[in-house]
Amino acid sequence: MLSHALMLSAALFVIGTLGVVVRRNAIIIFLCIELQLNAVNLAFVALSRYTGIEGQLYVFFVMTVAAAEAAVGLAIIIAIFRHYKTVNVDQFNLLKW
Amino acid sequence: MEFAAFAPGPYTVVQDPAVQEAAGWEPFLPGLLLLLPLAGFIANGWLALRAASRSASALRTGADPDPFQGATPPRTHRWPTWIGPGALLLAFLVAMANFVGMSGADLHAPVVVPYWSWIATGSLEISAAIQLDQLSMLMTLVVTGVGFLIHLFSVGYMREDPGYPRYFAYLNLFVFFMLILVLGANYGMMFVGWEGVGLCSYLLIGFWFTDREKADAGKKAFIVNRIGDFGFLVAMFLLFGVFGTLDFQTIFAGAEQQMVAGGATVTLVTLLLMLGAAGKSAQLPLHIWLPDAMAGPTPVSALIHAATMVTAGVYMVARSSVLYAMAPASQAVVAGIGVLTALVAATIALRQHDIKKVLAYSTISQLGFMFLGAGIGAFTAAIFHLMTHAFFKALLFLGAGAAIHSMHHALHRAGSHADPQDMRNMGGLKTPMRTAWIAMWIATLAIAGIWPLAGFFSKDEIIWYTAAWAGAPDNPFGGLYTVYWIVAILTAMLTAFYMTRLMVMTFHGRSRVGAQARAHLHEAPRVMTIPLIVLAVLSVFGGWINVPAALRESVPGLYGVLPMSEWLHHWLEPVTHRATELQTAALGDKAHADPLAGLGEVAWALMSTLAAALVVVWAFRRLSARRYAPAAESGPPPGGLRGFLANKWYFDEIYDRGIVRPLVALSRWCWRAVDAAIIDGTVNLVGYATRLAGFAASLFQTGQATTYAFALTLGVLLILGAAVLL
Repeated sequence: MLSHALMLSAALFVIGTLGVVVRRNAIIIFLCIELQLNAVNLAFVALSRYTGIEGQLYVFFVMTVAAAEAAVGLAIIIAIFRHYKTVNVDQFNLLKW
Repeated sequence: MEFAAFAPGPYTVVQDPAVQEAAGWEPFLPGLLLLLPLAGFIANGWLALRAASRSASALRTGADPDPFQGATPPRTHRWPTWIGPGALLLAFLVAMANFVGMSGADLHAPVVVPYWSWIATGSLEISAAIQLDQLSMLMTLVVTGVGFLIHLFSVGYMREDPGYPRYFAYLNLFVFFMLILVLGANYGMMFVGWEGVGLCSYLLIGFWFTDREKADAGKKAFIVNRIGDFGFLVAMFLLFGVFGTLDFQTIFAGAEQQMVAGGATVTLVTLLLMLGAAGKSAQLPLHIWLPDAMAGPTPVSALIHAATMVTAGVYMVARSSVLYAMAPASQAVVAGIGVLTALVAATIALRQHDIKKVLAYSTISQLGFMFLGAGIGAFTAAIFHLMTHAFFKALLFLGAGAAIHSMHHALHRAGSHADPQDMRNMGGLKTPMRTAWIAMWIATLAIAGIWPLAGFFSKDEIIWYTAAWAGAPDNPFGGLYTVYWIVAILTAMLTAFYMTRLMVMTFHGRSRVGAQARAHLHEAPRVMTIPLIVLAVLSVFGGWINVPAALRESVPGLYGVLPMSEWLHHWLEPVTHRATELQTAALGDKAHADPLAGLGEVAWALMSTLAAALVVVWAFRRLSARRYAPAAESGPPPGGLRGFLANKWYFDEIYDRGIVRPLVALSRWCWRAVDAAIIDGTVNLVGYATRLAGFAASLFQTGQATTYAFALTLGVLLILGAAVLL
């Protein structure tokens, strides 16, 4: 049972990671990050069954941080969109040497 | 191998029991001897700084090589006039008080006055101590006495120079260091004074430092002296290696125990010391700096480059007399260098036109005589000549200074740019400058060795001793000494000739200064003529303190005239007796050798003074008949032997080609090949490599968030993979 949950968690995480790396739309990247976070949450919950309640506690923390991050991240994306009229991250490369 | 003695160890040095007994006489405030000139330096130095900062114009003209531009002496001159000579006068009085006390005490061993431990590291222990004995006392008297007279003369000579306070500051500092040199109780202290006087010499040669040539002359003196100092330093290292100390008393007391007479160590030490002495005292081959040192003010030439500093080498050899007496080979070298220098310098002096250059070469030549005396072991005679030379050479320089002073004024008034130091421009100065003329003639006769002036007794004593040692039965260098003797006689005659030439060209004949300037020629002010007169008196009577006993006894009635027979010999006997004993033991008693086969010293004195007088009279008659042309109208420099002498045996040119230029070329090569190419190249390569690596690394920073995310993922995967696999 545990291995199923962990395999699902790993699959979700890999999908999220691939999404972050290959997609260009900032919203999609954002969604993929959420996917990664939730993959981890799933692993926490699954493992807490064997190791104790702490895993579930962490899930709450992660969800809180994810909510805050979503708020800030979406605000940044909106600000970028207003400026560039696009949310494609390959358009933004000012931060370099 | 004798060098095994270098291993440092706890040597038990036999202390002369007389050292403890010497407490019978208490020195009178010996520290004041050093403190007075030092205080003078500090006060004058402060005044000089204040004068310089008060007015920028003083600074600007302070470096003016023309010392006679100002109309009236500014207010900044008031205090140095009193402080500079005053400190010296007080020091002379203190020295006199000590001298009187010492002569009453019948001192057999030096009185060492320790002040504090100066350097104490490991087994090296150098204390700041001064040593009062007959030799250092005599030197102190000469330095402060002649020094005071020259300070006094400077008041008049430098009166119109804006750098006046600075000048007296340097002069006082010089006397301070010179007294450390002669009073130091160990080689370390002596070296401090040695370097200090070198510094002051450099500062005063380049006193008018805005003149490039004069600044260069100062540097030349300093650099050439470095070569000699190297020898002095290494000699000190060797002495420390053998004795474990640098104290005079310990070294001289233990010399016979720690070193083999005539062995390698003592010969090496004395030769290296001689290298130092040759540098400081301008002996071949390091003599080239002294003629250039004439770029300084003339009283400086009188004090530093004639009377005191340049005789430091002779003093050092006399101080180390015990060591030299143990090394006959070194003695032969010292005497050989001395006599060769005397001859070479005298021949150069024959063809010089600059009055100060003639006197400079004359000084080198007389120093050569002193080294001849010190080399053959006649240390008293060398010190005697040092003293009388201080009198008459200071007088000659001050007289020349008075003439230059007068000439400069006259030429300046007449708007002429002719060289005031060139004797071809002088002539006939005896009419306007009567005092200087008479004083200079006295000094000339003294240096030429005319009886009964000072130079006669001292110089002839050296020549006499050379002959006596040449005939000593056990002297391995007897033949060599005979050559020295003949060369010394020849040089003495050359001395008489070139000095007469100087007098004729300067003071006799028609005036060549030009009609306009002639009216402005004048006698020097009294502050300048008084030192001349005092020195002239000393040049006459200075030799009477050491009249040979034989001379006095064989001429009836002479006792009343010359009461102080062999006084200097008796006075210096406690300092030199061990060296004399050593030498007598090694070479046989010099008293048995009679160079003139029974004719004795009287006949010798008669012959030598007659010869000198003949040369003077002959030269005077011959040269007076000659008509000299002013420098501007003189033809090109002569060729042949005359040109060879006028060009100073091409010493400067040989050194330039043989040493200076190869050294410059080598330095240039080191600069271009080693420094610029290899060292700078390596440094630059490291710089370029860093920049290249940075550029390569910066390519990873694309500014694309996706790239970073990819790299991050890749990194995590790598680490995870590594963790799993390993």
